[in-house]
Amino acid sequence: MARKLPAKDVVIIGLGWTGSLLAEELTAAGLDVVAIERGPWRDTSTDYPTTIDQDELRFGIRLDLFLRPAQETFTFRNNLSQTALPIRQFGSFLPGNGVGGAGVHWNGQTWRFAATDYKLKSHLTERYGAKFLPEDMTIEDWGVSYEELEPFFDRFEHIAGVSGKAGNIQGRKIDGGNIFEDPRQRDYPLPPLDPSYAMTLFDAAAKGMGYHPFPRPGANASRPYTNPLGVTMGPCTYCGFCERFGCGNYSKGTPQTNVLPVLMRRKNFEVRTLCEVLHINKDPAGGRASGVTYVDAHGEEYEQPADIVLVCAYGLHNVRLLLLSGIGQPYDPATGQGVVGRNYAYQSASGARLFFDDKRFNPFIGTGVLGQSMDDFNGDNFDHGPHGFVGGAGISCASTHGRPIATSATRAPGAGRWGMSWKSQVASTYQNTTGISGQGSVYSYRDCYLDLDPTYTDRFGRPLMRMTFDWHDNERKMTNFIAERCTEIAKAMNPKSVQTNRLSEHYSVVPYQSTHNTGGATMGDNPKTSVVNKYLQHWDAHNVFVVGASAFQHNAGYNPTGTVGALALWAADAIKNRYLKNPGPLVQA
Amino acid sequence: MHPIMRGFIRTAVFAAGLSATAALAQHPQDYEAIERGRALVTAGDCVACHTPIGSDKPFSGGRAIETPFGNILSPNITPDRATGIGAWSDEEFVRAMQKGVGREGEHLFPAFPYTAYTKVTRDDLLAMRTYLKTLEPVSNAVEPNQLPFPFNMRFLQFFWKTLFFTPGEYKPDPEKTAEWNRGAYLVEGLGHCASCHTGKNLLGGDKSAAFQGGALQNWFAPNLTADERVGIGAWSQDELVEYLKTGHTARSAASGPMSEVVEFQTSQMSDGDLKAMAIYLKDMAAAPNKAPTPLSPDTAAMKAGAALYMDNCQACHMSKGEGVEKLFPRLAGSAVVQSDDPATLLRMVLQGARSVATDAAPTGPAMPAFDWKLTDAQIAAVITYVRNSWGNAAGGIDAGRVAKMREPLAKE
Amino acid sequence: MSESSSAARGIRRRNLLASTAAAFFVIGADAALARTIKGGLPWAPDSVVPPRPVSPIGWHFFTDLEGAAVDAICDRLIPPDDGKPGGKQAGCAIFIDRQLSGSYGAAERFYMRPPFAQGQATQGTQSQYSPAEQYRRGLAALDRYCRDTLGGKGFVELPAVEQDKLLAAMEKGEAQFTSISSREFFELLLQNAMEGFFADPIYGGNRDMAGWKLIGFPGARYDYREFVGQHNKPFPLPPVALQGRPEWTPR
Repeated sequence: MARKLPAKDVVIIGLGWTGSLLAEELTAAGLDVVAIERGPWRDTSTDYPTTIDQDELRFGIRLDLFLRPAQETFTFRNNLSQTALPIRQFGSFLPGNGVGGAGVHWNGQTWRFAATDYKLKSHLTERYGAKFLPEDMTIEDWGVSYEELEPFFDRFEHIAGVSGKAGNIQGRKIDGGNIFEDPRQRDYPLPPLDPSYAMTLFDAAAKGMGYHPFPRPGANASRPYTNPLGVTMGPCTYCGFCERFGCGNYSKGTPQTNVLPVLMRRKNFEVRTLCEVLHINKDPAGGRASGVTYVDAHGEEYEQPADIVLVCAYGLHNVRLLLLSGIGQPYDPATGQGVVGRNYAYQSASGARLFFDDKRFNPFIGTGVLGQSMDDFNGDNFDHGPHGFVGGAGISCASTHGRPIATSATRAPGAGRWGMSWKSQVASTYQNTTGISGQGSVYSYRDCYLDLDPTYTDRFGRPLMRMTFDWHDNERKMTNFIAERCTEIAKAMNPKSVQTNRLSEHYSVVPYQSTHNTGGATMGDNPKTSVVNKYLQHWDAHNVFVVGASAFQHNAGYNPTGTVGALALWAADAIKNRYLKNPGPLVQA
Repeated sequence: MHPIMRGFIRTAVFAAGLSATAALAQHPQDYEAIERGRALVTAGDCVACHTPIGSDKPFSGGRAIETPFGNILSPNITPDRATGIGAWSDEEFVRAMQKGVGREGEHLFPAFPYTAYTKVTRDDLLAMRTYLKTLEPVSNAVEPNQLPFPFNMRFLQFFWKTLFFTPGEYKPDPEKTAEWNRGAYLVEGLGHCASCHTGKNLLGGDKSAAFQGGALQNWFAPNLTADERVGIGAWSQDELVEYLKTGHTARSAASGPMSEVVEFQTSQMSDGDLKAMAIYLKDMAAAPNKAPTPLSPDTAAMKAGAALYMDNCQACHMSKGEGVEKLFPRLAGSAVVQSDDPATLLRMVLQGARSVATDAAPTGPAMPAFDWKLTDAQIAAVITYVRNSWGNAAGGIDAGRVAKMREPLAKE
Repeated sequence: MSESSSAARGIRRRNLLASTAAAFFVIGADAALARTIKGGLPWAPDSVVPPRPVSPIGWHFFTDLEGAAVDAICDRLIPPDDGKPGGKQAGCAIFIDRQLSGSYGAAERFYMRPPFAQGQATQGTQSQYSPAEQYRRGLAALDRYCRDTLGGKGFVELPAVEQDKLLAAMEKGEAQFTSISSREFFELLLQNAMEGFFADPIYGGNRDMAGWKLIGFPGARYDYREFVGQHNKPFPLPPVALQGRPEWTPR
């Protein structure tokens, strides 16, 4: 029997980027907020300081800061005819864990999804006709517009300390920035990082081909910076330990560096760590939730009543919590009915690897953000009519790290994986390779979805979530197209040889690809095709807000965190300025 | 009532419980005295010693204060009649503050800084008393005297007082401005800065030379005189105010015991009082103190120190020791770095340290520990390097000094 | 460090470990576990959990025979050449031994609940055996395979050419092992050998930073600001490990 605790105004499930942003806004508004976090407390100087951080084995390979599959994993199958089996070791994607969530160990790349993304279905239908889209593609409009989100993108970029160069300020296009981006009210808070050698070669080649490369934006501080909350970031040192690592010197935008120092000082905030929410409790009266039930590290169960429940875990876990709590109708691919678990999507990687024989790229000099990108083939920035597919990819040449366990697997053409055939080339290859990669969109489909697994359970006996997903022809075509473009640019950089990397035949959970899992608790203006309304408010429980990439109706060719951060601040604004004044559904179904 | 509204009310009550508005409701006629008293209690940093660690019951006492002679537990100064000072008369309160004498006439131990508080005016003391009366009474019985024999013999305090205690309220210097005198009153009186920043003799009395820095509990509270190398001679008045207000300036960050002073005391004081303190402090003459010649960079220790610094320190403190404002203290020109007593520097390298977080500078960055990573000789080398580079000059330290520091820290 | 223990020892005047005084954080029954944290960022000295340096003496997990076999395998996967150390000299087997005797070997982080079923390659490993168990079985199977099919000799006794042939057969899954897939075992060996060659020396492999020196990786450095703009130039500084480099020690 759970012990019932005194009620709070707000309970937040998960204290990562979205949880800490919402908590900061709502505590500032005077609400009494508690966050329930299933992982441990984490902070810069105690958990990943410069004395231990540069440890590839511990953090990069054994994944010290990540969720352990022993704690929670997923089952996976490529299609409905297979039996899903558990992901016993994380590979293709790596969910975060602990205070700060994936915001601790992300790279920092901070993008805005394009204006067309929030109205993708109507935009593509209008431009190409409904017949141009595959029949089983289930993309939807998101119910919100870029213009509505712009102030919140701006705020998130200034909180996170984003370095970059604007390409479109209030409609004025700026050379050297991303001229395809939608209008922004002002420039990034920090100038771009210093480019690596590989980036300059890519930049020259891309420009020579008429493309529009720019330094990619992200939360690695190019200068010392104090954000609007008053917390300070140090200048990035290009150490090459970003993704999978914490930042030891306060230069990567993280909840720890950019929000928690202020949030934790608030008297009306507390976080309970190593406490895992088992389910959200439905109010017997219906139409709302009464709070959450969680279990602490000693196995004690508690009920935490609250007036507002914010579901701020990793997107996939948000979906599972809704399924476990019976809030919202689960999606059924056979009938297409139901919404929870619908429109799970991912990203597609492709590109080209370049091998030189006279370069010194010094790949260890890098940051999670450091890269030159181009959006000429992203989203709907080019005419898809002749190509027979929709979607696209951001194309980048990046210098993120030169960590040797990971990079030593990269081999010159013809070299073996071991023995002298490997060893004789590894030193030269290490210095002489760079890559061009496409981060491609994946749109949503009727048979790509999330539900509860019938067989496998977690340590509390709750069903794991089952993921059913594979590539579709539209994405295969698009990704091959992108791989060709990457290869052309690569050749223009005059390497000795180029390898083209295409999409695997089937999606596999084994090799790392991307921790950009989206959908399952999607946003929209129709309760039949979305779980939450445009304010991230659950259609069936008005005091439940589900915040994260779970709200995405499809995945684009951009890293999601910028959009996730903007949505969190947008939802916070709606709660403060709309919901509190008149608690109830903010949009009538 | 709608649940959201209920929540708002709950929050509002919570917030009001901690503010002076609640006190106003109880003692409307005393509002100004209460507010003045609250500011004075803040300036005296009473909360620091009279609140147990981790407690949400400020002023309820029971925190162990370490002295070289043993521990003393701070008493409960909430208005609880049985265990606090609720039953004390105002006269008894004033006598304790000005004379170091308890309610039963017993001599108080000078861990309670009555040697400084004696300078506080009777009027101010009564205002403090008025404020303390508005606190929520907390029942918490504390036996302060935990000292071993013979230091627990209170009558010995009588002799101590005759040696080291000059009672009497602060007498303004008519030659100086009102601001200067206000600063002197705060620094010498309620602020009790000398408790840490003036060296102590074997009996715990002040050494004759005031504010030349003092060792306490394996920290070193730096020199506050105008000495440019080890004091605050190079600091501007504005920098001092910024430091006291925020805990951080381009050149330094408050950590260790000073972070508590900033957090509970100076960051809560008015800008006018901070400016007055800065004016007074900046007027303090330096004692003659000859800077040593910096060590040659060619010694073995300096060469190893340079390698250690490059690999371990410069990512934060920068290659020339220039630091990053509000985040990583500047090492070049730092008084903490160049003080004769390297205790603070040593303990920071060994154990790490957290700088203070304030509303104006909430980050509170922390330095990690190196005790597990570096040997005594390596720590000695890197500290020697930092003390003798970029214009710093402070002599070297040897591995034995590092080893000597490890022992007490391990016991903390 | 828990609040109660510090109180018992006596808190020094003003020495409140800075922010803990500010934090007022409430600690539950077991400070290391669930906590309610409020009032500031908790901090205590020495709260970092550093990696424990590995002693290079003796085997913790392997038998002598197993250890010798892994040493020999690592020296073929990463052969010595031209004065540049191979896997054996770099301590790869010691590294693997220490990893297998810890949480990695025991699969503490992996999902190990039944049922265990054969799946598609895209579904990832479904082995019911922990890495430690896979080594025990794999090395036994390798030994049996060698003795049964290669003239009664153990792996270590084979000439290098034969060893390479066998490893290549394992890589392709052509060597028929009992009770474990030779291909899966090879993948595990290769992954762990590379880890041992390139991980920080504190874990027992990459002795004298041999792996890093081979490719020019500068190790646990943290500041390349001076060098990011020096395009296409050799990086001038020597590698550094978590426990340093020779120049750290005054002499």
